[in-house]
Amino acid sequence: MFFLNVLTSGLLSGLMYALVAIGFVLIYKASGVFNFAQGSMVLFAALTFVVLNEHGLPFWAAFPITVLVMIVGAVLIERLVLRPLVNRSPNTLFMATLGLSFVIEGLAQALFGSDVHQLDLGIDDMPLDLWGLQISTFDIFASAVAVVLVAVLAVLFSKTRMGISLRAVADDTLAAQSIGIRLPRIWQIVWSVSGLVALVAGLLWGARQGVQFSLSLVVLKAMPVLIIGGFSSIPGAIVGGLLVGATENLADIYIGPLVQGSVSTWFAYILAVAFLLIRPSGLFGETTIARV
Amino acid sequence: MTAIISQAPADRPVLTPRTVLLALGLVILAVVPVIGSDYWLNSLIVPTLVMGLAGVGLNLLTGYAGLVSLGSAAFMSIGAFSTYNLILRVPALPLPVALIVAGLIAASAGVLFGLPSLRIKGFYLSASTLGAQFFFEWLFTNFHWFSNDSMSLTISAPRLAIFGHDLNSPVGRYSLVVVTTLLLLWLAHNLIDSRIGRDWMAIRDMDTAAAVAGIPVGRRKLLAYGVSSFFCGIAGALWAFCYLGTADAHAFDLDKSFQVLFIVIIGGSASILGNFLGAAFIVLTPIALDILVQALGLDGIVDHGTVSNMLRIVFGAIIILLLIKEPDGLASLIGRLARRLSARPSRGTP
Amino acid sequence: MSAPILDVQQVSLSFRGIKALTDLSFAVEKGEICALIGPNGAGKSSLLNIVNGVYRASSGRIIFDGAPFDRPTPMAAAQRGIGRTFQNNALFHRMSVLDNVLTGLTRLGRCNLLEIAFRVGRHPAERRAFRQRADEIIGFLEIGAYRDTVVGGLPYGLQKRVEMARALVASPTLLLLDEPIAGMNAEEKTELSRLIAEVNRVFGTTIVLIEHDIGVVMGLSHHVVVLDYGRKVGDGTPAEVRRNPEVIAAYLGTRH
Repeated sequence: MFFLNVLTSGLLSGLMYALVAIGFVLIYKASGVFNFAQGSMVLFAALTFVVLNEHGLPFWAAFPITVLVMIVGAVLIERLVLRPLVNRSPNTLFMATLGLSFVIEGLAQALFGSDVHQLDLGIDDMPLDLWGLQISTFDIFASAVAVVLVAVLAVLFSKTRMGISLRAVADDTLAAQSIGIRLPRIWQIVWSVSGLVALVAGLLWGARQGVQFSLSLVVLKAMPVLIIGGFSSIPGAIVGGLLVGATENLADIYIGPLVQGSVSTWFAYILAVAFLLIRPSGLFGETTIARV
Repeated sequence: MTAIISQAPADRPVLTPRTVLLALGLVILAVVPVIGSDYWLNSLIVPTLVMGLAGVGLNLLTGYAGLVSLGSAAFMSIGAFSTYNLILRVPALPLPVALIVAGLIAASAGVLFGLPSLRIKGFYLSASTLGAQFFFEWLFTNFHWFSNDSMSLTISAPRLAIFGHDLNSPVGRYSLVVVTTLLLLWLAHNLIDSRIGRDWMAIRDMDTAAAVAGIPVGRRKLLAYGVSSFFCGIAGALWAFCYLGTADAHAFDLDKSFQVLFIVIIGGSASILGNFLGAAFIVLTPIALDILVQALGLDGIVDHGTVSNMLRIVFGAIIILLLIKEPDGLASLIGRLARRLSARPSRGTP
Repeated sequence: MSAPILDVQQVSLSFRGIKALTDLSFAVEKGEICALIGPNGAGKSSLLNIVNGVYRASSGRIIFDGAPFDRPTPMAAAQRGIGRTFQNNALFHRMSVLDNVLTGLTRLGRCNLLEIAFRVGRHPAERRAFRQRADEIIGFLEIGAYRDTVVGGLPYGLQKRVEMARALVASPTLLLLDEPIAGMNAEEKTELSRLIAEVNRVFGTTIVLIEHDIGVVMGLSHHVVVLDYGRKVGDGTPAEVRRNPEVIAAYLGTRH
């Protein structure tokens, strides 16, 4: 039973990792950009929300305003960073998002301060006993939110016009452009959607640990998740997240004592590298044949 | 036809046309300890040189071989902790030998964490070096043997002496840094300007073609990881003992790795001179910002947190701006200015 | 007649179930220029990729210089003396012409890391010898004027020559050229055909090339192999191939 409890709590934090990773995947699919700033977007979104909330705005007002802020941010990022760097190497774009993460983090703290903000979403964090398994009501709520979000995204991408354009861009950028899909528009939308995902992730994480700088570090947890799941697969991000969350928690409990202390900072990376060596493109990633 | 011939020279930083600059640099380096204050030496020049050296290390990997690393600081920490333990536990070992052995230990760690590069490419690869970053920070924090069971988990400068000369003074530490840096730069230059450097650049530009041309791609990649980590390792030891004096594993955290990466971006990948410009920028900007705050009389109003936030924004914005406007970094900007100045009289040829 | 330098035996290749090559066999004699022709998608480039180890054949054997390739890799092919150029130039575009050509010599290097790092031992002599050899080839292919120019900015035709120089510099016994004159004007085509013939005559290099320009192919090569949908439909001297009705139907007859 103890094992099962460890596993469950690992799986639940894995779901959170998955949520951050999904924001990553969206951007990677649409623009081939490895967005290191996803973590700082989580921080920025959560801080914006919590500060609005502290100034007396209720959830139903603060949430849409924060979404609007993230959309404005996405448009600015596309205009100021992505557009001038179009057609540059993936390495360059990656480093640009690294710079971007510095700007967003600095901005977030300059605007909202670096104090830890408590965030109360009104959901109790009480453990429920389900046939011997200890699961918190909050975790159940968080998982439900994650499931709903993923479902909404899935519908959005498979049924709407925008979703179909996005898949066309992911499939073949040049061909998509030639049939009149406007790339800047797609990018703005995708960065906005991933800003929304960042907000949801930020609220769920923030309610647990408080909204503070360390939120931006979730990007480092999402990295191994992406590597295991494949950069371009949403199911991969979910499975990868669960896998990382579960094994990390198990390793911490069962290996940690043997090596004097928590192994959770690096264990996921070693797991990811091991995965890479067996399946170089991740669980669900597409393999490509080098053409010469 | 002339238009083609007069195109930009090859993307290969041969220092020979800059001999004058080099000589000038040497003279300055020799004169500085005489005229500069201890503050200049300790707080400005030593960190610039050491970070520049780490930048060269990463540049060999990223700028030349085209492989990304987000774990440079891990290899710096290996160099620092190895030097400390070598000198502590093998008292007979002279300092230069300890530094070289520490560099080699860092190099073997680099090769180990570079192994995934044989099978995977691009960003997936950054997982391995990020893994190194977190693993070694954890290792040196959790296993107290590495810091000789000191309560604070720190390592302090061992006796810095070469052939009986005590180097434990500002000028002594400075000299150690300058001599080590110059020596390593010479080695880096030799490697870059040889078939190994060419192989690295070929792999960076197109690895399939490199294999067809007969370049042992895998071995060269591992060598790049090794050499890069050797440089970072020695830079790490110098950082801990010639600049900080006392260090713990967190002196080599992810932020330090990013700093090294920024040095390469700011200075220009595949440019050794640029790395020192980048390092100077990284080291001097915070100091300049502090001075600015004080000069404006804002030090009462603006707290430390605000300054460090400003710094984050400035660094981030400059990285983005440079990537957009000057992808080859400050070195190429300066090179272009110099060329424009020197080419002005002979202008007029089509 | 001596044994062929390249013997392709019943080679097949498929990508995810799609057959690119089917049971293909032919032989290339030492010292000849052999042209592979056929419509787009006939499997010509795939075949070259198999010969120098970029792809692995699904079945069949390649025998080169009397010995089979067991586990072919590009590196192993280079080591055994197979040089190669690509259809879409595969140069190191941020390096100079000289540096590009010098990379072709790297596998002949004998110095160790320390000799290179400290510029001692065999290194200075090797360095001089490599430069001299590279300059020879650069001169032979008449690109000396661009020796120190970055290749990325050179016109396409010159890039083709640089790529050829890189493949030739290590004196390969077999040179594979993938569409060496495609996309050139008539004058450039004549020039490069002359150089290819010259390479073959002066260095005795066996050449296998892929080309669409039938006029050039017929004038340049000693031996023509015709592929269509991954199968061989013709094999012989240019004159024989020209008369082969199957070839005419499959390739020459169709408007290209």
